[in-house]
Amino acid sequence: MSSNAITVPGIRIEGKPLVETLHEWITTVDHKRLGILYVIYALGFLVVGGVEALIIRIQLMHSHNDFVSPQVFNRLFTMHGTTMIFFVVMPVMFGFANYLVPLMIGARDMAFPRLNAFSFWLSAFGGLLLYFSFLGGSGLYGAGNAPDVGWWAYAPLGARAFSPGHSSDYWTLSLLVSGFGSIGTAINIIATILCMRCPGMKLGRMPLLVWLYLVMGGMVLIAITPLSAAQIMLLIDRYLGGHFFDTQAGGSAVLWMHFFWIFGHPEVYILVMPAFAFCSEIIPVFSRKPIFGYPAMVAASVAIGLVSTSVWAHHMFSVGMNSYANTFFAITTMAVGIPTGIKIFNWIGTMWGGRIQFKLPMLFCLGFLFQFLIAGLTGIIQATVPVDWQLTLSYFVVAHFHYVIVGGILFALFGAFYYWYPKVTGRMLSERLGKWHFWLFLIGFHVTFDVMHIPGLLGMPRRIYTYEPGRGWDTLNLIVSIGAFIQAVAILVFVWNLIVSYFKGAKAGNDPWDAWTLEWSTSSPPPAYNFATVPVVASRRPLWDLKHPEDPDSQYE
Amino acid sequence: MQRVKNTIRTEFYSVAFLFCCMATAAAADPSSTNVFAPQSTPAKSIFHLSLFVLAITGIIFAVVCTLLVYSLLKFRARSSSANSEPAQVYGSTQIELAWTVIPILIVVVLFMATARVVHAIQDAPMPASAVEVTVIGHQFWWEYRYPQLGVVTANELHIPVSDPAHPTPTFLQLLSADTDHSFWVPELAGKTDLVPNHPNRMWMDPEHTGTFLGQCAQYCGTQHAKMLLRVSVDTPEDFAEWVREQRQPAVADERVSAGKRVFETTACINCHSIKGTVANGRFGPDLTHLMSRSTIAAGAALNTPENLRLWIQNPDAIKRGSLMPAMQLSKSDLDALMGYLETLR
Repeated sequence: MSSNAITVPGIRIEGKPLVETLHEWITTVDHKRLGILYVIYALGFLVVGGVEALIIRIQLMHSHNDFVSPQVFNRLFTMHGTTMIFFVVMPVMFGFANYLVPLMIGARDMAFPRLNAFSFWLSAFGGLLLYFSFLGGSGLYGAGNAPDVGWWAYAPLGARAFSPGHSSDYWTLSLLVSGFGSIGTAINIIATILCMRCPGMKLGRMPLLVWLYLVMGGMVLIAITPLSAAQIMLLIDRYLGGHFFDTQAGGSAVLWMHFFWIFGHPEVYILVMPAFAFCSEIIPVFSRKPIFGYPAMVAASVAIGLVSTSVWAHHMFSVGMNSYANTFFAITTMAVGIPTGIKIFNWIGTMWGGRIQFKLPMLFCLGFLFQFLIAGLTGIIQATVPVDWQLTLSYFVVAHFHYVIVGGILFALFGAFYYWYPKVTGRMLSERLGKWHFWLFLIGFHVTFDVMHIPGLLGMPRRIYTYEPGRGWDTLNLIVSIGAFIQAVAILVFVWNLIVSYFKGAKAGNDPWDAWTLEWSTSSPPPAYNFATVPVVASRRPLWDLKHPEDPDSQYE
Repeated sequence: MQRVKNTIRTEFYSVAFLFCCMATAAAADPSSTNVFAPQSTPAKSIFHLSLFVLAITGIIFAVVCTLLVYSLLKFRARSSSANSEPAQVYGSTQIELAWTVIPILIVVVLFMATARVVHAIQDAPMPASAVEVTVIGHQFWWEYRYPQLGVVTANELHIPVSDPAHPTPTFLQLLSADTDHSFWVPELAGKTDLVPNHPNRMWMDPEHTGTFLGQCAQYCGTQHAKMLLRVSVDTPEDFAEWVREQRQPAVADERVSAGKRVFETTACINCHSIKGTVANGRFGPDLTHLMSRSTIAAGAALNTPENLRLWIQNPDAIKRGSLMPAMQLSKSDLDALMGYLETLR
C-alpha cells in the first residue's frame, strides 16, 4: 500500500496514476488486499445497517409514533437484519481470515487466489443487488420495493400471493449469490489451512485463530448449502409453479423454517467462531501467558461446531413440534453451553496468574467475555422450552441475540481491529480516541440492550412498527433508543480513528505488542510475498522461542 | 468463598426483588401483559420454571463474574514487574476436567426440569368439561369459532373462568388462513404459532375473571403490529349468557332496512358475514354481533360510532395497510349503514 512511489538515487519513478491503483485493487488476487477489501466493504455496510437501526429506534421511541409507515418499517428491519448478518459480519470475518490465516501459518497466499477474488466479488455483488431493490424492486402497483418479509422470510410470506412484485426476489437472489461467495471462501480457508502450513507447523501447533477458522470454514459448508437450496426452491415456487413452501397449494411452511434455521443457527456460530479466535489470540498476549489448555480449546471448538448443527429447531419451540422434538432440541441447545463454558473458563485460566495489560484490544476482549457470558446465560434460559414459549418472538430474544452479536462478536471484532491495525497499516490506532470509542460503546450498548430485555418480559413482541400506550413499554423503549444513539456516536469515533490514524498514527514497527505468532515476524504492512524466507516453527509460539532462547516452548512439546 | 456466597445471595435477592416489583406493578395494572404475573396453570408452571432457571443462571453468573473480576484485579500488570514475564502455565487436566463435569451436571438438572414442564403443558389431556375454540389467524385479525356452541366471533375471545375444583379449561385449536401468526396472551399461557397446513393446540384455565391482553407475536405482514387480541374471562353465568346472545341471528329492525340494503348491495358482503342475511363472506370478521365487541380493527380502535365511521371510510387512518378497503360511500349511504351496524348487538 505504501509502495506507490519508489525512490532510487538518481532516478525518480513517479507514483502510479489513480486509475492504475484502482485497477490493481480491483484485479488483485493478493490475500491481504482482498482481506482489506472485505473489511472496508463490511464497514460500509455497517454504517448503512446502523442507520437503518437508528430509524427503527426513532420510530419505536414512543407508542403510536408516525416517523415511518408500517411498510417502510418492515423493509427497514428486513434490510437491517439481512445486511448485518450477510454483508457486515460474514464479510468482515472472511476479511480477517483472508488477511491473517496465511500470515499465521507462514504461507505466502491462500490456496486458491483467484477463487478468493471471485468469492469476494460475488459477495460484493450480492450486497449491491440487495440494495438495488430500492430502485428496481417495485414492479406491481402497491407492491413495495425493498424486501419486507423479514430476514428469515417465513413461508408463505415469500410466496407470490403475499409478496407480489420483485422485492423478495432481490432478497432471494442476493443471498444466493453471496452464499456462493461464502462457500468459495470457506473452501479456500479450509484448503489453505490443511495444505499451506509452513514446515514444522503441525495441526497441533497452529494458532487457535487458525483452528477456529478451520471449524468456521467447515460450518459454512454445512450451513450455507441448505440456505442456497431453500432459496432455489423458493425461486421454483415463485416462477416455475413449484409448491415447496406454497401453503395455498399444500406446501409446507414448517419445511421452510427447518431449512432456514438449519442454516440460521450454525450461522450464529459461524459468526462467533472468529470472535472466539480473536480473543484466543489477544487474551494470552495481554496476559503474557500462553493460552490455558490448548487441546481443550481445540476440542471445545470442534465440539461447538458439531453440536451447533443439531440445535436449529430451538428457534421453533412455538411452532408446534411435538414434545419429544422440543425436549430433544432443548438438550442439544443446553449441551452447546458446555464447550462454550469450557472456553470461557480457559480464557479466565489464561489470565489467572498473568500480568494483565489493559490495552485497547484487551479491553474489548474483556467486554466480550462479560457480555458473552450474559448472552450465553439468557440463551440457556431460552433453551428451557416452556420459558421460551413466553420469551420467543418477544423483545427478550432481540435483546439476547444483540447481546451475542453486538456485545460479543462486535466487541471481539473491535479488539481485533485495535490489535491487527498496526500490522495492516504500519501505524497504531490512537489510544485516546480508542478509549472514547470503548467507553461510549460500552455505555451505549448496556443502555440499549440491558434495558431491551424488559419490554420482552412485559409482553412486547418483536417486529412491530408501533405499540399501544399504557403497557409500560414507552419509557423503556425511549431509553433503548437513546442508547442506540450513544452507540452510533461511538462508531463515528471509531471510523474517525481508523481514518486519522492511517495518516497520523504512531509508527507501529513489526511487533508492537510483543506477541508470539508468525504475522508479527514480518514487516508492517507485510510485503506482497509475506515472508522473505518461509519460516520454520518448532512450537505453538514461534516468536516466544525466538525471544526466549533460554526457555523455548519447543522444549515442552 | 464467603465472598462468593454473599455475592450469590445478593444476586439472587436483587433478581427476586426485580421480579417482585414487576409482578406488583402488573397486579395493579389491568392492561398488563407481564410474563411474571401468571393467571392460569400453563403460565404459572412456566413462571415457576423460569424462577428456577433464573436462580441457576444467576448463580453461574455470580461465580464466573467473581472469578473474572478477581483475576483482573489480582493479576493486573504492575509497574514493578513490567519487564518480567509471569510463569508460563499451559493448562491443568484436573481443573479443566472439573469445569467440564460441573456444567454437564447443571445441564442434566436443567434438562430434567424442562422436560417435566414441557410434558405437563404440551401433553395435557383434554378433559370432557373443556371448552373448545378454533382460532383462525387472518391478516390481520382473529377468527374464533366455538364448534360445540355454534358461535362465531372475532378478535375478542370469551372463555369461562376455571374453578380448580371443577376445572373448565379452554382448549384452542390453532389454524391459519394465510401467513403464520402466533397467539400470545402472556398472563394466560406461552405463545403458540398458527401455521397454515399445520394445526396446533394450546390451552388455558384462568383463575380470575377479567380482560387479558395480548397480540400476534409472529410477523404476519404489514399490520402485524396492530393484530391485537383480548381475552375476556367470564363467570360461568356471564359466559352462558354471552353464548346465548351470540347464537341469536342478527337483529332485524325495519327502521334500518335502508342501511341493511347498503350493506347487502356493496362489497361489504364479499368479506363479512351477518347471520340471517345474504352476507356470508369469510375474508373479514363476522359482524352479526359487532356491537357486542368493545374494539374494532383487531383492537386497533375502540368501537365508537366515530371510529367505526372512520374505519369504513378510510381504514388507513386507523390501521395503514390493513386489507379492509376504503368503501367510498356517499354521506347518506354511510349514515344509513352506520344506523344498521349500530343495531347489530
